[in-house]
Amino acid sequence: MRNRRTFAGAAALGFALAVSLAACGTDSGGDSGADSEEQAAEEQGGFTPPDIPMASELGDNEGALSVLAWPGYAEDGSTDKSVDWVTPFEEETGCQVDVKYFGTSDEAVTLMKSGQYDVVSASGDATLRLIAAGDVAPVNTDLIPNYADEWDFLKDRPWNSVNGQMYGVPHGYGANLLMYNTDVVSPEPTSWGAVFDGAADYSGKVTSYDSPIYIADAALYLMKTQPDLGIEDPYALDADQLAAAVDLLKAQREHVGEYWSDYLKEIQAFQTGDSVIGTTWQVIVNLAEADTPVKAILPEEGATGWSDTWMIGADTEHPNCSYAWLNHITSPEANAAVAEWFGEAPANSKACDLTSEGFCDSYHAGDEAYAEQIHYWTTPIEQCLDGRTDVTCTTYQEWTQAWTEIKG
Amino acid sequence: MTLSPLMRRVLAVSTGLALLFVYTPLALVVLNSFNTSRTFAWPPPGYTTEWWQAAWHSQGARDAVWVSVQVAIVATLVALVLGTMAALALQRFRFFGRDTVSLLIILPIALPGVVTGVALANFFTTMIGIQLGMFTLIVSHATFCIVTVFNNAVARLRRLGSNLEEASMDLGAGTFRTFYKITLPMLRSSLLAGCLLAFALSFDEIIVTTFTVGQGIQTLPIWIYQNLFRPNQAPVVNVVAAVLILASIVPIWLAQKLAGTDESVAAAR
Amino acid sequence: MLWLGVAYLGALAALFITALWTANGFTGNIERTWTLDNFRELFSQEVYRTITIRTLLTAVGVTIIDAVIAFPVALYMAKVASPRAQRLLVIAILTPLWASYLVKAYAWRGMFSSSGPIDWLLSPFGLSSPGYGLFATVVTLSYLWLPYMILPMYAGLERLPNSLLEASADLGAGAGVTMRRVILPVLFPAVVAGSIFAFSLTLGDYIAVQIVGGANQMLGNVIYDNVLKGNNLPFAAAVATIPVVIMLVYLAAVRRTGALENL
Repeated sequence: MRNRRTFAGAAALGFALAVSLAACGTDSGGDSGADSEEQAAEEQGGFTPPDIPMASELGDNEGALSVLAWPGYAEDGSTDKSVDWVTPFEEETGCQVDVKYFGTSDEAVTLMKSGQYDVVSASGDATLRLIAAGDVAPVNTDLIPNYADEWDFLKDRPWNSVNGQMYGVPHGYGANLLMYNTDVVSPEPTSWGAVFDGAADYSGKVTSYDSPIYIADAALYLMKTQPDLGIEDPYALDADQLAAAVDLLKAQREHVGEYWSDYLKEIQAFQTGDSVIGTTWQVIVNLAEADTPVKAILPEEGATGWSDTWMIGADTEHPNCSYAWLNHITSPEANAAVAEWFGEAPANSKACDLTSEGFCDSYHAGDEAYAEQIHYWTTPIEQCLDGRTDVTCTTYQEWTQAWTEIKG
Repeated sequence: MTLSPLMRRVLAVSTGLALLFVYTPLALVVLNSFNTSRTFAWPPPGYTTEWWQAAWHSQGARDAVWVSVQVAIVATLVALVLGTMAALALQRFRFFGRDTVSLLIILPIALPGVVTGVALANFFTTMIGIQLGMFTLIVSHATFCIVTVFNNAVARLRRLGSNLEEASMDLGAGTFRTFYKITLPMLRSSLLAGCLLAFALSFDEIIVTTFTVGQGIQTLPIWIYQNLFRPNQAPVVNVVAAVLILASIVPIWLAQKLAGTDESVAAAR
Repeated sequence: MLWLGVAYLGALAALFITALWTANGFTGNIERTWTLDNFRELFSQEVYRTITIRTLLTAVGVTIIDAVIAFPVALYMAKVASPRAQRLLVIAILTPLWASYLVKAYAWRGMFSSSGPIDWLLSPFGLSSPGYGLFATVVTLSYLWLPYMILPMYAGLERLPNSLLEASADLGAGAGVTMRRVILPVLFPAVVAGSIFAFSLTLGDYIAVQIVGGANQMLGNVIYDNVLKGNNLPFAAAVATIPVVIMLVYLAAVRRTGALENL
């Protein structure tokens, strides 16, 4: 009896102490907590970004740089000795580079919050979130000479600029492809239906991208195969359309062997034969080809994709190295090297002089009409991106919840 | 009951099978470190020592091992001091809330690592506002290392009783002298065994480490985690693992000798 | 010591307070508005119940499998093996603990792969490897925590003097009765002690599931995903209350059995 009371007493005391500490201590993590007006504006998509100073001139390089990048965007020779555009940068600027890879845009947004990274290669579904959260700074494009050579249709777009102010420099764009093992999968697929309606043929060996943004891929498929659902933009889904996409993905879940966010895990799964068909990036195909008979196609329904932007962290301690990196990675040499390695269209128009024969044509570099057809990753928001005003669209948070539900 | 010969044989066979279960994956790891196929095709198409050579030259692996050793040593030292103090306090003195404290001390090991990791990471970054780095890493490791030292010390103290210490005090020795001359020698081997286990726990820790390690620091498990799937590095990972297994036999054997057979188990845990 | 204790407990308290706040869906910044939304979401959505049950059952399964495997081994080590063999066996059981957790999980990924050793062993019989999934997860987790189960059982059985067993036989008890009346009472706290490890380690595990679990997710994954990928620390904190509550209940329940002494 006495023990129990002392136990309870000690617990209460300890708890009270800890709680008061906690209530005083925990911060709202970084930026101004949104007040209701700003919150409403944010949810509208027409938000007011936090006021973060923009660099006006460059100084000496600081000697270090922390890069947060999509795998394949900052190669330093460790994956393949001949693929390296980081070491030349280090030698030229004296900024020692430390690279961290992430697998999904969500990870990128989370990691940038920690304030430990100087630059980040953000896709369209991360850029606005980063800007709104105050984790990235506006970029003074006058300080980046190579910016002038980039194609105009990539500048001042909704995903990389707010109120006419650029928040980064374009990197390149590309599409998500359908990869399959040519020994196992036949006949050769031509449509995304191979992983949706036809997934049962390869049950247990289908793989999909492990991120809520993949819902857009299902929506895209529905857009073409079930037009009466009325989906115009795979990122503008009202509740009914989202439900349809979720049902499609739940049906797919029965046949999925693994979801991948680590690109190396997908390569390995294809190599061991545990996955035989699924979404992929060109760089994965290139790496997997060495050991496995795989092929990738852009299916007839079109595809989702990405248009990436290099952004600078708001709290960076190395602004000069950051600007130097942005200038380096958008230079014709580096941009061409990345584009060839990753398998995407470069952003710098001069890069096409340096890529291999026919590369830029096959990736439709500079082809504005083609570029408009890829459904780039964008953050879904309440205000329908397709312009509808009679319904509210589902937000990314709802997509995230739906994604957990889909995976079961 | 005395165990019949049949029972004995059954038990021996069961133990043999269990050991087979335990060592087959490890044997696979060692085998794959010689596999010519980078993706560990089975059966191995050929054997090669190139991965062992690559591992020998791998700067990343060596740096990671060194970082892990440093973190583990510091965490173990912290655990040693604090764990011993806690054990002494709890065993020798009765005070308000004693039961609670002993329950709270084992919480870091009893609660799932992911909770500890998330809580500590949040605490460091938002509550205290320090960057994640070596310090946060060592602190988070220390929280569960303390438990192993504590458990061993408590187990030994319980067995020994307080007679010798009381006799020493009766003879006029002060608290510190008693501790230094009587308690410590008695505790020494169990503390050492506890330290060895704390070192092992910290060295191999990945679940909490993922959350509390800063950018740029690579302990060995972090290095392995990042290189597990890389085609060029995965075989090197296997080599590193094989080396670890072989290299660990010595400290374990040492722990055995120190703890004495009848306490081998308590110590080992 | 006090500082460390406050740090740890404070961290836990802070985490659970965060569960009562929300994160802005767009920016991911935490907003300190008190709300039970996270818990409401947790309890209303069926998927979290499914995941919790899946995780619990896995933990229970792993514990049982480990206990079953550990018992004969512990008995052999304690009662049949010579002292020298005992020491060698303890070393043999402990050595795998030093092999990296990741490497062991990865080794099982290799074993369960559709072109791996298990498939190779089963194919002459027309069967194929079960592949990645819950079965692989249970096997891998049982494998990983096995030493934590064997050792307490060994310790418990070892403390049981042989004379007690002989006395029981002299008094006429058969093997079954001796087992029930003499061995099990000693063994029970040890099994519970081992199960605390197996249970808590399985409840929070997110790495082994990622490696061999295929498309499955467990509680640990939901927490991990919401923190490191989903930018939703408050919700992750809410989910984290589940394993903590389970473990606290379990610990409170086993305090009576004296298992905590055996840790």
